[in-house]
Amino acid sequence: MPKMNLSHFEAAFLFALFASVVLGIVTKRTDNERYRYGAYCFGCFLLALFGIGWLMKLGHG
Amino acid sequence: MAAATQNTKKEPTPPISSWFGPVIVGWLIPGGGHFLLKQRWRALLLFLSVTLMFLFGLMMRGAMFKLEQGDLLTTVINYGGFVANLSSGALYMLSNMLGYDQLDVAGHVHDYGTKFLVTAGLLNILAMVDAFEIATKKKS
Repeated sequence: MPKMNLSHFEAAFLFALFASVVLGIVTKRTDNERYRYGAYCFGCFLLALFGIGWLMKLGHG
Repeated sequence: MAAATQNTKKEPTPPISSWFGPVIVGWLIPGGGHFLLKQRWRALLLFLSVTLMFLFGLMMRGAMFKLEQGDLLTTVINYGGFVANLSSGALYMLSNMLGYDQLDVAGHVHDYGTKFLVTAGLLNILAMVDAFEIATKKKS
């Protein structure tokens, strides 16, 4: 099994992508709603990723 | 009063034969339940998402949880993690049998790997619940 060395951003990006696809599929009833909800979840993940990242950077000084 | 009683009346439990197959196949093979229910595209996307997340977790050398006891928090984390790992179905069983189970070591990549492995199982639980709802006609 090859070993992967991902940065925090790469790992969090992949996590957000896979989780958003599944959340989009299982929570809504029409395909249009699924696309939109999947994209919304992905956007929220990325917003949290950048937001908390900046918060930690600024908080750290 | 009679109307209120009628409104709170429980729906009849769907027969086990209608949902048992898709839920069990969905547990063993991510997206398998949707495939049985003729939701091919959704099955493919679920399979790819859960399987890739699990494989990335393995490649990042994530640890699998074991049924170990300690103080309350340790027990809850270990048992919860074990149930989440087990929810990945055949992926978990195969990786355990083939010896890909890793020791828990320090480092952010390993830590992400452990979270990927757990989350793959949790996402598969969501897929199984969705397969159940489709099989029992609560959802299309």
